[in-house]
Amino acid sequence: MKQTPFHPRTSELCELYNWSLWSNWLLVDMYAPDHTHEYFAVRTACAVFDISMIPKYHIHGPDALGLLNRIVTQDVSRCAVGRVLYTPWCDDEGKIIDDGLLAHLDEGSFRLTTGDPMLYWLEDNAVRLDVSIDDVTESLAGLALQGPFSRDLLKQLSGEEIEKLAYFDITKTKIAGIPVEVSRTGYTGDLGYEIWVQPQHAVQLWDMLFEAGEAYRLIPFGDFALEMTRIEAGLLLTDVDFNSSMKVVHEFQKSSPLELGLGWAVKLDKEFFVGQEALKQEKARGPAWATVGLEVDLNSLEAIFAEFDMPLYLPPEAWSEAVPIYSHGEQIGKATSGTWSPILKKSIAIARLKPQYAKPGTVVDMEVTIDAQRKQAKATVVKLPFYDPPRKKSMGSH
Amino acid sequence: MTKNYDAIIIGGGHNGLTAAAYLAKAGRKVIVLEQRHVLGGAAVTEEIFPGFKYTVYSYVISLLPPRIIRDLELPKHGLHLMPLEGAFTPMEDGNYIASYADEDDTIDEIRRHSRRDADIFPLYSNLMYDLARAVRPILTMVPPDLRRPGMDGLRTIRDLGKHVQTLGKEKFHWLTKIMTMSAHDFLREWFETDVLIATQASIGIVGTMLGPKSPGTAYVLLHYFLGELDGALSSWGWQRGGTGGVSEAIASAARSYGAEIRCNAPVVQVIVQNGQAVGVALENGDEIYGKTVVSACDPKVTFRKLVDEKDLPSELVQAIDNFKYRGSSGKVNLALDGLPDFPAMKDKALMRAMQEICPSTDYLEQAYDDAKYDDFSKRPFMGCIIPSTVDPSMAPPGKHVMSIFVQYACYDMPSHGDRDQQRDAFGNAVIDTLAEFAPNIKDLILHKQVLTPWDIEQELGITEGNISHGELMLDQLFFMRPTPGWAKYRTPIRNYYQCGSGTHPGGGITGTPGRLAAMEIIKDGK
Repeated sequence: MKQTPFHPRTSELCELYNWSLWSNWLLVDMYAPDHTHEYFAVRTACAVFDISMIPKYHIHGPDALGLLNRIVTQDVSRCAVGRVLYTPWCDDEGKIIDDGLLAHLDEGSFRLTTGDPMLYWLEDNAVRLDVSIDDVTESLAGLALQGPFSRDLLKQLSGEEIEKLAYFDITKTKIAGIPVEVSRTGYTGDLGYEIWVQPQHAVQLWDMLFEAGEAYRLIPFGDFALEMTRIEAGLLLTDVDFNSSMKVVHEFQKSSPLELGLGWAVKLDKEFFVGQEALKQEKARGPAWATVGLEVDLNSLEAIFAEFDMPLYLPPEAWSEAVPIYSHGEQIGKATSGTWSPILKKSIAIARLKPQYAKPGTVVDMEVTIDAQRKQAKATVVKLPFYDPPRKKSMGSH
Repeated sequence: MTKNYDAIIIGGGHNGLTAAAYLAKAGRKVIVLEQRHVLGGAAVTEEIFPGFKYTVYSYVISLLPPRIIRDLELPKHGLHLMPLEGAFTPMEDGNYIASYADEDDTIDEIRRHSRRDADIFPLYSNLMYDLARAVRPILTMVPPDLRRPGMDGLRTIRDLGKHVQTLGKEKFHWLTKIMTMSAHDFLREWFETDVLIATQASIGIVGTMLGPKSPGTAYVLLHYFLGELDGALSSWGWQRGGTGGVSEAIASAARSYGAEIRCNAPVVQVIVQNGQAVGVALENGDEIYGKTVVSACDPKVTFRKLVDEKDLPSELVQAIDNFKYRGSSGKVNLALDGLPDFPAMKDKALMRAMQEICPSTDYLEQAYDDAKYDDFSKRPFMGCIIPSTVDPSMAPPGKHVMSIFVQYACYDMPSHGDRDQQRDAFGNAVIDTLAEFAPNIKDLILHKQVLTPWDIEQELGITEGNISHGELMLDQLFFMRPTPGWAKYRTPIRNYYQCGSGTHPGGGITGTPGRLAAMEIIKDGK
């Protein structure tokens, strides 16, 4: 297993020794007992998450744009220098392989961050193209600085310019003198930034952030808190809400971006890209599944608990084992991950349902088990995201 | 202004707003009239000192039922509650006791003081949990009128009896004990560590003019324990931006259902014609008419100020005159240049917890001794929170606000001179006592706001400055709140209702009196 460049600091702060592995990288689940404190820091103050382990590819050269446009479903030609694009990419059958962020760093120079290592897929598609693909996963460390006060903190360390950074912009700047790249992106659905730094400066960057961050109650947060926030933000997670078509063996385990509610990121009318034809056909006949949000009706859940003479109890952690969803006794889909949302005071889940049940307001039944007994609670279909504060995109303050 | 409303609500505190929201949601045409420039009554946030937000009168959120949060969709309207993570109590010998969000941490901390108490603590927690569960239905029911219960009342009494019977013999005995004993005596049956008893007993005196050794305080302990039942759903905590945010969320919900809310609109009188409320008269001379008038004010204001004595039965007048308010707590809000240093605090994460000044049971009882004779405690019981440790929006970067609940302080404290002198002396006692446990506090104070019960009355109009609208004592709870016969939110004046904390289930930012009153009004077909 591998340690990120921030390990000297994260390991010092992880009092609980609560780690898991992510592509064989050590990742903090929670730093101290009760991860809700970390969750609230993201939603109330600011907090950092070590994202160094994310696979990253520097793609540059005359055909860089051509390669990327051939691979991803978004139209890269519409991504100006200094902008970042969210995009999925698919196999020939239009089934999703992975998704990630594509940053347009300079003319003909891009960086793609992915969920799984993706070098061979990039290279296989680059045949006869004049393009260089460098795996920079280990030569760039990263921190996601998220929360309503993240801008105030960054402004203090890198100057007023940071205020001009719009949602999904990226810029080169300095934080307390350390050269960094900062994008206004994140996986929490809040105001936030992702900061990329040379590994040799990682610890110094951490220390600078935390020194200035004390005034803004900066703390580190781990994967448990991240999971809660990304579900609130309605963001999908690979291997949880969908599987990479490259890693599964059965057809039914694959998904298309249209089934995952990512149709907005699929530009069918652009030049050729992998999976285009299949996706066009799928769009014409209509996707087999729809991805939606579910809000559990807590009054109905409370009534189920009352059958056991128990008060309503909801675990404070997010869950990611699929749960069947029914309508009138027939299974119509599954919830793939969910959480108690302390901010919304709701139990929420991301679900994949047959399209006729996907209309907001539709009431469905969700399986719950109490003492290993199967019950069904009511849940209402809603649009994603569940939580979308104006500050995420706005240029004003908190 | 003679627009006709279905309901005119006097007072824009959180209960008035909750009643307005429920009534408006049910399709009623509602107006809320608030005398102050700001909504929320005792649950307000104000920037008294530039850059620093004070939760002026209240300090933590507890007991706000998940049901109301859900019914009114309060998170959509800005409710943002964060859990308060435990408590820290410095002792006079330099030691301390703490509690944590994680029960195992709490038990280990108790073990430092007594192995026996640590082992028994989970059993105590379980018992309190069960007892709270047993009494919880009471908090969400309309109290029966024992003299004329009617079918609904009889059903309520029967259900309650059945429910309590599920407790089993041993726990039922504990229930009868907790209903009658003092917090101190009740806790002595469980624990040997004095400071542990003090921290628990301090919960039993909050909002009362009673000491930890006074009978009746064990019940108050249970009353506040109810907030624990909902765990992640509700729990003790703070609102982002201060407790005023809770009132604003309820107001926003009420408006979204169509309620009209007016500030700077003091009501001087309820207009009664032929024994029936028909409207209200404002201080500016305006009159507003409506089918019902609902007072969210305390019982004295509701019955003795807003309406004429001749419209009320004399027994009610007498009962209201005997109703005990006895505001027993004051509030001190501090703008701080940095964090106070409690030398006893080994784990700095406890800065985010409540810092409680209650080092021993004798300390608490002695604090009460002073208050028996119209004085403040020389060394008061204090609950301090520093919301800026988790919420940077409360103070400028690097600065802090401290919100201090102080008990005891009396409404009249004549031995200290005029009102200004009383306030100064009280404020000094608070800071001097706090400085015993956090010596650098005096150097950090940028601004100080001191409120005695009298000040709270002047600002909010709440009788004797008791933000619970009357003491939480057994003889003033349930079907006796505010007085037997008139505990069902109605009044002897037709179409005149009450919905403040002076009605069941009482004080705290619960919204329940407002909700239950609204439901009774709807039931009456108004």
